Amino acid sequence: MKQTFAIGIGGAAGQGVATPGDIFAKIFSRRGLHLNAYNAYQSIIRGGHTLLTIRTGTEKVTNMGDRLDLLIPLNQDTMDRHLQLLTVGAACIYNADTIKPGPAADGVQLCPLPVSELADISRNKVAQNTLAMGAGLHMMGIGFQALEEVLREQFKKKGEAVVAENVGVARAGYDYAAAHFMAFPNPIPKTENRYAILSGNVAMAMGGAAAGVKFYCAYPMSPSTGVLHWMAAHARKAGIMVRQVEDEIGVINMTIGAAHAGVRAMCATSGGGFALMSEGLGMSAMIETPVVVINCQRAGPSTGVPTKTEQGDLWQMLGAAFGDYPRVIAAPLDIGDCFKLIPEIFNLADRFQCPGLVLCDLLLSEGRLSVHPKDLDFNQSIDRGELIMTNGNGNGASIAAARNGDYKRYKITDSGISPRAVPGVPGHIHTVATDEHMEDGVLISDEFTNPIKRRAMMEKRMRKVAGIEAAVPPPTLSGPRDADVTLIGWGSTKGVIEEACEILNEEGVSANQLQIRWLVPLHGEAILDILRDSRHTIIVENNYSGQFARYLRSETSFVPDGHIRKYDGEPFMPHHIVEAVKQQLAGQTKLSVPMHEIMV
Amino acid sequence: MATSVQRASQQLTMADLKGKVDPDWCPGCGDFGVLAAVQKALVELRIPTYNVVTISGIGCSSNFPGYMNTYGMHTLHGRALAVATGLKLANHELTVLVTGGDGDGFGIGGNHFVHSMRRNVDLLYIVMDNQIYGLTTGQTSPTSRIGMKTKSMPFGNIEAPVNPISLALAAGATFVARGFSGEQKHLTELIKQGIEHPGFSFLDVFSPCVTYNHDNTYQWFRPRVKKLEDDSAHDPTNWMAAMEKSLLWGEEIPIGKFFERTDVSTLHGAEPVLNNGPLVHGDLKVPPEVARSFVEELM
Repeated sequence: MKQTFAIGIGGAAGQGVATPGDIFAKIFSRRGLHLNAYNAYQSIIRGGHTLLTIRTGTEKVTNMGDRLDLLIPLNQDTMDRHLQLLTVGAACIYNADTIKPGPAADGVQLCPLPVSELADISRNKVAQNTLAMGAGLHMMGIGFQALEEVLREQFKKKGEAVVAENVGVARAGYDYAAAHFMAFPNPIPKTENRYAILSGNVAMAMGGAAAGVKFYCAYPMSPSTGVLHWMAAHARKAGIMVRQVEDEIGVINMTIGAAHAGVRAMCATSGGGFALMSEGLGMSAMIETPVVVINCQRAGPSTGVPTKTEQGDLWQMLGAAFGDYPRVIAAPLDIGDCFKLIPEIFNLADRFQCPGLVLCDLLLSEGRLSVHPKDLDFNQSIDRGELIMTNGNGNGASIAAARNGDYKRYKITDSGISPRAVPGVPGHIHTVATDEHMEDGVLISDEFTNPIKRRAMMEKRMRKVAGIEAAVPPPTLSGPRDADVTLIGWGSTKGVIEEACEILNEEGVSANQLQIRWLVPLHGEAILDILRDSRHTIIVENNYSGQFARYLRSETSFVPDGHIRKYDGEPFMPHHIVEAVKQQLAGQTKLSVPMHEIMV
Repeated sequence: MATSVQRASQQLTMADLKGKVDPDWCPGCGDFGVLAAVQKALVELRIPTYNVVTISGIGCSSNFPGYMNTYGMHTLHGRALAVATGLKLANHELTVLVTGGDGDGFGIGGNHFVHSMRRNVDLLYIVMDNQIYGLTTGQTSPTSRIGMKTKSMPFGNIEAPVNPISLALAAGATFVARGFSGEQKHLTELIKQGIEHPGFSFLDVFSPCVTYNHDNTYQWFRPRVKKLEDDSAHDPTNWMAAMEKSLLWGEEIPIGKFFERTDVSTLHGAEPVLNNGPLVHGDLKVPPEVARSFVEELM
C-alpha cells in the first residue's frame, strides 16, 4: 500500500484552520511531495466545526484516505469528535491549557502543549496554532527552516516584528516537541519534484483562460464561487471580462450574448443556479450559440447542504431545458482534469455549436491537489469550428457588401453544422431566434408554421449528435480484464475507487475500474462491450437513487450486480468501498450505503 | 451608444433597413410606427446595418428584429437586456438596440431592467408599452391601470401599475424619454438621441394595442400627450424636475426627453480590460509569461 501521511486540523470557523493548512501544504509541496486536501466545513463564517485533512506522499495522492496520522484540534469540540478515530501510531497535538483529551486508543501519542508558558497569548491569538505547527513539524522529521521560510512569506507584509514573533513562537513549539514528544518513525520524505497546489475551481478557471475564454460572469454560489474569485483576480492580466451579475438567469443570458458576439464565454454555478439557467441552455441550443456552463454540485435538493458534496445533479443536466437538443456533458475525473477538460469541451461546443456542460462537484471544486506544472499547459489547441469573423470593425466596407447575399445562418448540411457569422461581419446579416426558424433565420413558429421545415430543422440540429459521438473517445477499463469485480464510477470518484481497487488487490480480491468522464455522449455500446466480460459489476456513486445506474440502464439496458451509494454529504473514503465490495461479493447485500464515521 | 458609432460611407435608404419578412402585427398596431421610426433614425444616422444588432425578448413587439435588416437576436421572454449586455461587452463597437414590450421588460424582465440601468450599459432600450399582454390574447400587464378589465382580471385590475419613467430615473438610467407611436417625427428624434447617448438610453413608447386594449387608444392618448420639448422651462439635466414630471398622468401626459446626463462612464468604458479594443478582436491566447506566472503562484 502507498505510504502516505495525513494531518487533520480542526476547529471552529474563524479559529484559523486554513492558515496552518496552507502552510503545511506549502511545506509538503516544496519537499516535492504530492498532496490531497479536503476541508469538511459548514455554512457558517464564525463558529461551528471544520476539519481540514491534508494527506501527503511521494506518489500521487488521489483522495483523503482512511486514517489520520496527526490530529491538531484547535478546540475541545474537535478533540471530542475526532480523537477516538485515531489508531496506533497516530498523535494528537493540543493546547493543554484549554483542551482536555478524552479516551484514546492504545498506541496514540497525546502531545499536550503548555501554550501560555511557551507564548504570550495576550499578544498572539493564534499562538496555539503556530506552536502546534512547530511541534508537528519536528515530529514529522522536517527541519525548522522549511516552516520559517513559509512564515516569513506569510507575514512579510506585516513587518519584521510580526515575522520575528511568529517564527519565535513556531520555534518554541518545535523545540518543545524535540524535548517532550516522540517523533513519527518514518520522517516525511523529500523528492526533487515540484508541484502546483490548486483547487478544482482554480483549475477550471485556469482551464478557461487556457481555452481562450474572454467573458466570464457569475452569481456567487457555493461551491462554485472559487471560479469567480480566480477569474476576477486574474481578469486584467488574462484579458478576460469578468462580471458579477444579478442572478443566474442574467448569467446564462449574458454568457450567451457574449458568445454570440464571437468570444468564448463561460459561467459556473451550483445546482440551484443551474436550475435557473435551464431556459437559457435551450436558447444556446436553438440559436446554436456555444457556451460552456459548469455545475459544481452540492448536496440537494433545494438549498440542501451548501458546503457538502454530492453527485446528485446528473438527471438535472440530462434534462435541463425542454425539448430535444444536442448537448455535451462531461464530469472531470480529478483536479488536474478540471483544467484539461475545459479547452476540450470548448472545442466541442464551438465545433458543434451547442452547450457544453461540465458536471463537477464540491469534492473537486474545493478540494486541493498537487498537479505537475506540465499538466497546466496553457498552450492548448483551440478549434473554433466553422466561424465567420472579421478582425476589424468593417469600416469602409461598401453598402453593397452589407447586403445579405445568400448567407444562410442555419444552412442545412450533412453534419448539421452551419457556418456561423458573428454580428459586425458585412454581407452576413441575419436574425437568430429562439422560435423555430428556417435556414435563413426567418421564423416558422408564428405565421409560417410548416411541418416539413420544422422536421428538417430538428433533424439538422440533431444530426450534430453523431458528430459529437465520433469526436469523443469511449471510456476504457483500467486494471486486469478478468478481475473478480468491476467498479464503475463517474467523475470525482476516480481517485477513491482507484485506491479501493489497490487495497482490494492487496487483500486478494482482484478489482478493475471503469470510470466515466463523458456522460453525453455516453458510448453505450463500448461500455457494454467492457461490462459483458466482467464477473461482478458494482456502480459506485455519491447520491441516493443511483442516478448514473439509472442513466446507464436507460441507455443500454445494463443492470449491475450491485451498488455502493453515499448521500450523507461527505465523500467516499477507500475503506467504505473496500468493505462494501467484500460484503457484496460474499452475497450479503446488493446495495451498500457506508456510514461516514467522521462527524463533520 | 455614441463615441464608437460607425458611419456608413454611403447614404442609406429605408429599403436598406427592411427585413426579410413583413410584420405580422394587427393592422393599426402601434408597433408599426416604432419600427418605421427606428428605421428612419438609422437611415438618418447612417449607421452601417452590419454594425447594428437588434435584440428582443418575447411578445408581439419582440418580433421586431425579424423586420429589420440588421443583425438580430430574438431571445427569451424578459432576457433581451441580459443578452445585450453580454454582447455589448464582447464587442462594444456594435450599436445595440433592444426592443420589447411592457410585460417583457417590466414584468418577467424587471430584474435585468433595473440592473442594466444602474450599470449604464451602452444601448438603446425601446419598450413598446401597450399596457396589455397582446400575444397571449389580452391579460393585465405591469403598466395596466387600476380598474382595467382584462381576461386575467375580469373584475378590474386592483394592482397599482409600475411607472417606467420614475423607475428608470430611480435606477440610474442616464437617458430617460417617452415617445408616442402616433408622433413619428418626435419619436424618430428621440430614437436618434437615444442611439447617440453614451450609456443606457431608456425610451418608453406608447404603442397602442388596437385589439386588446380599448382603454388606452390613439384617441385616448392624442389629446393628452404634451411634448416636453415644447415646455421652455423643462431642463433635462435636472433629475429632480424629471422625477416630478414623471409623476404627471391623466389629462396631461408628458412625452419627450425627461432626463439625460453624460458624466457617468458606460459599463464598457469603465473596464480597463477593453482598453485595447473589443474582446472579440483580441488574441485568444494568454501570453506565455502571464500563463507561467499563473502556475508559479500555485507553487
